[in-house]
Amino acid sequence: MRKNNKIRKIKQPPWLLLTPYAVIFIIFIIIPVSAAILLSFTYFNTIEPPSFVGLRNYIDLFTSDTTFLQYVLPNTIAYACFVGAGGYILSFFLAWSLSQLTHRVRTVMTIIIYSPSMTGGILISKIWTVVFDGSETGYLNYLLMDWGIISEPIKWLQSSEWLLPVMIIVALWSSMGVGFLSIFSGITNVNKELYEAARVDGVKNRWQEIIYVTIPSIMPQMLFGAVMTIVNTFQTSGVGVALSGSNPTPNYAGQLIGTHIEDYGFIRYEMGYAAAVSVVLLIFIKFMSAGANKLFAEKD
Amino acid sequence: MKRIFKNRITENGLNPTHFHTGQLKILAYMVPICVVMALPIVFIIMNAFKPIDELFAYPPRFYVKNPTLQNFSDLFSLTSQTNIPMSRYLINSIVSTFLTVFLTIVFSASAGFALSKKRFKLRSTLFKINQTALMFVPVAVQIPRYFVIVYTGLSDSFWSNIIPLLAAPTCVFLLKQFIDQIPDALIEAAVIDGAGDFTIMRRIIFPLIRSPLSTVAIITFQTAWNSVEASTFYINDDSIKNFAFYVSTLSNQSGNVVAGAGVSAAATLIMFLPNLLLFIFLQSRVMNSMVHSGIK
Repeated sequence: MRKNNKIRKIKQPPWLLLTPYAVIFIIFIIIPVSAAILLSFTYFNTIEPPSFVGLRNYIDLFTSDTTFLQYVLPNTIAYACFVGAGGYILSFFLAWSLSQLTHRVRTVMTIIIYSPSMTGGILISKIWTVVFDGSETGYLNYLLMDWGIISEPIKWLQSSEWLLPVMIIVALWSSMGVGFLSIFSGITNVNKELYEAARVDGVKNRWQEIIYVTIPSIMPQMLFGAVMTIVNTFQTSGVGVALSGSNPTPNYAGQLIGTHIEDYGFIRYEMGYAAAVSVVLLIFIKFMSAGANKLFAEKD
Repeated sequence: MKRIFKNRITENGLNPTHFHTGQLKILAYMVPICVVMALPIVFIIMNAFKPIDELFAYPPRFYVKNPTLQNFSDLFSLTSQTNIPMSRYLINSIVSTFLTVFLTIVFSASAGFALSKKRFKLRSTLFKINQTALMFVPVAVQIPRYFVIVYTGLSDSFWSNIIPLLAAPTCVFLLKQFIDQIPDALIEAAVIDGAGDFTIMRRIIFPLIRSPLSTVAIITFQTAWNSVEASTFYINDDSIKNFAFYVSTLSNQSGNVVAGAGVSAAATLIMFLPNLLLFIFLQSRVMNSMVHSGIK
């Protein structure tokens, strides 16, 4: 009797539990990604139905879209290096440093370091446009002029030289999110005996400890952190538009792939072309994640 | 049983229990880093309480000298150009954020439970798909997403603030990883006692996954509370747009920069504070759950 009951219950199919999430997942992730791939082979201006153009969008993107080749691509690569790779190293470094401190101190510091990542697009522009205000009443301009470093106020957010560096600083500031927490929590939970064993085996300093004990013990968290960092990097690509207040950004100085999509999609209504840019971005992300996977996946 | 299980997952390895001089080196750079990171946050708080003359003081001053609540009362008496009171946007945000968090928890926990404890053919494939979707960047496909919203009839509906955000692979992933830690025996025992899926979820799973649920709640809260996607692209009707969108229109709406700045500073603080309080309140649970966040 008991046994029958058990079998019946355990065989309650999973579909009822999975359906709500699966439906949403298909509608808002699978379909948009597939639609982007399909649309990318068409010309579509939202008024006439899409017409098939083969690879033309991709060819145009890589051969004749001077904005993309001259500004968007180099900007995106620089942004991905500093905010993605740089932010990732920084989050490991901060997490490791915190793990060396006592519980109360590091709890307060974790809250401080994590809190900028809660700000999101709107708040970022609200806070930083005041700091980087282009007139002499802007905080940064005032300080630099007061210290005699500059004599004229700099229009940080409208200048083609400064917009990208400012974006990188702002994005780095707000990038210590879930990935950082994961790495941090991984480091604080490494088994202490491993460190003692490593010392017996001849590990001498902190640096060797990190390379031979800490990182190998937290591979799964390192990988999760990497994926979160990559996603965050591209998800925040609108920061240039938020800061400068216009899309395209002044002289395309802060134009990234994400904002290029918005420019073509929602401003010029060239949906097919914008979709091709989307696909390129997705491939870019997939490529970076595959790299992270290679570095950190646990070998079976 | 519950106690043993809890101890097993919260046990800590390395972290110093006492202060020693070796930590001074680390504090020497961590304190300045934290100060720099905290400045903009302190700045939001200061600005919200500055009277107009201090907001535009030259030279600009970081600290507030005569704190006032004027900015907040101005904000609450404000209406948009289409005669919609500010409080309407705030209520829209509170309701939509609450529903998003609640539904994400229910949907993701059910999916996480099924992917973790049910044995069926497609299980590992589905989990792999979800894991790949961790890389999903909504802005990358904002155009097809827009068409999906239009074709599903969600445009200009209050639900467009909520439903697109429920597709949260990260939440399902985190919950599944954590539910993996729950011993099968516990669930089998419940099954023998005649419990169905619903009872198991309510009586066993939910009480044991409070930590990762806190993480999911925080991630979702931030996404929903800060989201302007729906209000910007999917909704024309001003009365169902959210507070984040309203805040984004503030600086250029009034036309009067001086009056706008105070209101905008107060609104910025209201935008930010719930995120911070929620994280402070839940951070120890979040840290507990993140141990199992790794991708294996």
